[in-house]
Amino acid sequence: MARIELNEIKHSYLPNPSDEQDFALKRIHTVWEDGGAYALLGPSGCGKTTMLNIISGLLKPSHGSILYDGTDVSAMQPEQRNIAQVFQFPVLYDTMTVYDNLAFPLRNRGVDKQSIRERVREIAEALDLTQDLNKRAANLSADAKQKISLGRGLVRSDVAAILFDEPLTVIDPHLKWDLRRKLKEIHTKFNLTMIYVTHDQVEAMTFADKIVVMYEGEIVQMGTPQELFENPEHTFVGYFIGSPGMNFLDCTLDGYIARVGSIDVPLLPSMTNRCTGQSLKLGIRPMYVGLHDGPVEHGIEGAVLGVEDQGFCKIVTATFNGSEIKARVNENGAVPEGKCWISLPPDKIKLYCDERLVRQGDSQ
Amino acid sequence: MNKWRDNKAWFLVLPVFVIVAFSAIIPLMTVVNYSVQDIFGPGQRYFVGVEWFRDVLLDERLHDALFKQLAFSFMVLLTEIPLGIAIALMMPKKGWTASACLVILALPLLIPWNVIGTIWIIFTRPDIGLFGAIVNNAGIAFDHTASPVDAWITLMLMEIWHWTPLVALLAYAGLRAIPEAYYQAAKIDGASSWAVFRYIQLPKMRGVLTIALLLRFMDSFLIYAEPFVLTGGGPGNTTTFLSIYLVKIAVGQFDLGPAAAFSLIYFLIILLFCWLFYQALQAVGTGDKA
Repeated sequence: MARIELNEIKHSYLPNPSDEQDFALKRIHTVWEDGGAYALLGPSGCGKTTMLNIISGLLKPSHGSILYDGTDVSAMQPEQRNIAQVFQFPVLYDTMTVYDNLAFPLRNRGVDKQSIRERVREIAEALDLTQDLNKRAANLSADAKQKISLGRGLVRSDVAAILFDEPLTVIDPHLKWDLRRKLKEIHTKFNLTMIYVTHDQVEAMTFADKIVVMYEGEIVQMGTPQELFENPEHTFVGYFIGSPGMNFLDCTLDGYIARVGSIDVPLLPSMTNRCTGQSLKLGIRPMYVGLHDGPVEHGIEGAVLGVEDQGFCKIVTATFNGSEIKARVNENGAVPEGKCWISLPPDKIKLYCDERLVRQGDSQ
Repeated sequence: MNKWRDNKAWFLVLPVFVIVAFSAIIPLMTVVNYSVQDIFGPGQRYFVGVEWFRDVLLDERLHDALFKQLAFSFMVLLTEIPLGIAIALMMPKKGWTASACLVILALPLLIPWNVIGTIWIIFTRPDIGLFGAIVNNAGIAFDHTASPVDAWITLMLMEIWHWTPLVALLAYAGLRAIPEAYYQAAKIDGASSWAVFRYIQLPKMRGVLTIALLLRFMDSFLIYAEPFVLTGGGPGNTTTFLSIYLVKIAVGQFDLGPAAAFSLIYFLIILLFCWLFYQALQAVGTGDKA
């Protein structure tokens, strides 16, 4: 059990990185609280696995230090760090039985036989592997194999954190739910810090208390699923979380009024103060976009382009003045045909300056 | 499923069948044919049943040759397989050094077999050979044309030099195919490098090592060109392996009947050993502990 601190971590796979683009991780400075269940979410190639390998010690970062409970472990090898890692594909010692697989990390650390037996039985019980203990690991199904990989981490009583690198990739969809529930169960039972890498937002939201969104080698936001949904701090978070993602409209600012092309959109006064960045964008979740078949106050005249019926809701794509916007309408709600009026409630609109959220009431 | 009454698809197999017939079945049947007849000349042949087989099986010199052949093959396997694995483990994983190693390793495999025999004759000559002269000058008498032990040592060295690279290349390919995650997991589990070898690398190389073992066994059991050039079976009969003895009977004495019977027995021995090796290696990696 441990609180993990990443202190000004930067990493490049190149020997002599010259500019920002050469870094796989640009500047990571964050804390993972003891006992937390975190999901590390981001698209492929954003540095998730690099970050995981740095935490576990498989990779030594080019800059910065890693602290476990305040102790600097940057120079330590993975086996000294009390960390367990579950990989994308189940990693097993094929020639060993399930029992020997689970006992392997303990045997390597010279634990006595009696303790090994007790600990392995306990973990096998928790993972529902007891009936397979004497089977050869290579002959089991993918989900059982992945449980063994997890078990090899859990058997060590001193384990500080478990890192998962997209562990459900090779698991059948109907077993994914089971396995994810098992992970949650293990998390509450052993009260371990868990970091779970994924590019699937549903997986991240169901597993984690806190989601860390990464984009191009940086952490762009860390928060609960609700925070990520309601207050995306970066346009990427808005776009990546939610289906469909947030609408973004390029705009310029004129006092309290945002100008999208030739259309004026009123904003909350608290938002617009002293924002001087180069590129400005309005962001609004499709569920907050109002769609009307007659003129409304501050309504923008536009046209409906298409409707996607998702069963429980409808996603309407509309255009106005050259911009496209998506709105989410109730399954039973009427969708205007052709001409429509779009309303953007000022309290739901976010303003982004250079891709970053302009906080309300910010005093620069 | 409906069955076709007139299934012309069988004709698609015909070319393969014809090729296999000409490349394997017909020659083999010719040998079988010879092995049960005594042939004096065209049109003069007598059916003798299993007489040749009985003769061959009771032949003392054949027993001797078979024993030597087995001893040679097992010594070869016991050196080449571990040595090949060791070389593969030591080779660089990537970069130009890896390519350079691969090319250097492959060189002995590219040389014609009788040339290899010639190279080693010269290499081990006591008067001018690099190896032979150095050893003799160091005070150790070494001459493979005179001493049976020296002849065996030379043959073994030549065989190991010639074929260990094949084992190394196969083992290297097997090692490179192991995903990085296995090594990472082993590192996290605190495995020693011996444990990594024993529980990850060796099991993952099982497939390629099976191939290496079978190939090296068959090849060394059938070895002909190199010892023929190097020692001609001598001194005396001390390096007369099965193949050399067989050629003496078939071509030297022109005893086609016994030679054919001999060939079939030879073939069955190789088949038997390959089957045994294969079964053993398959059993190693699969099946549950009770």
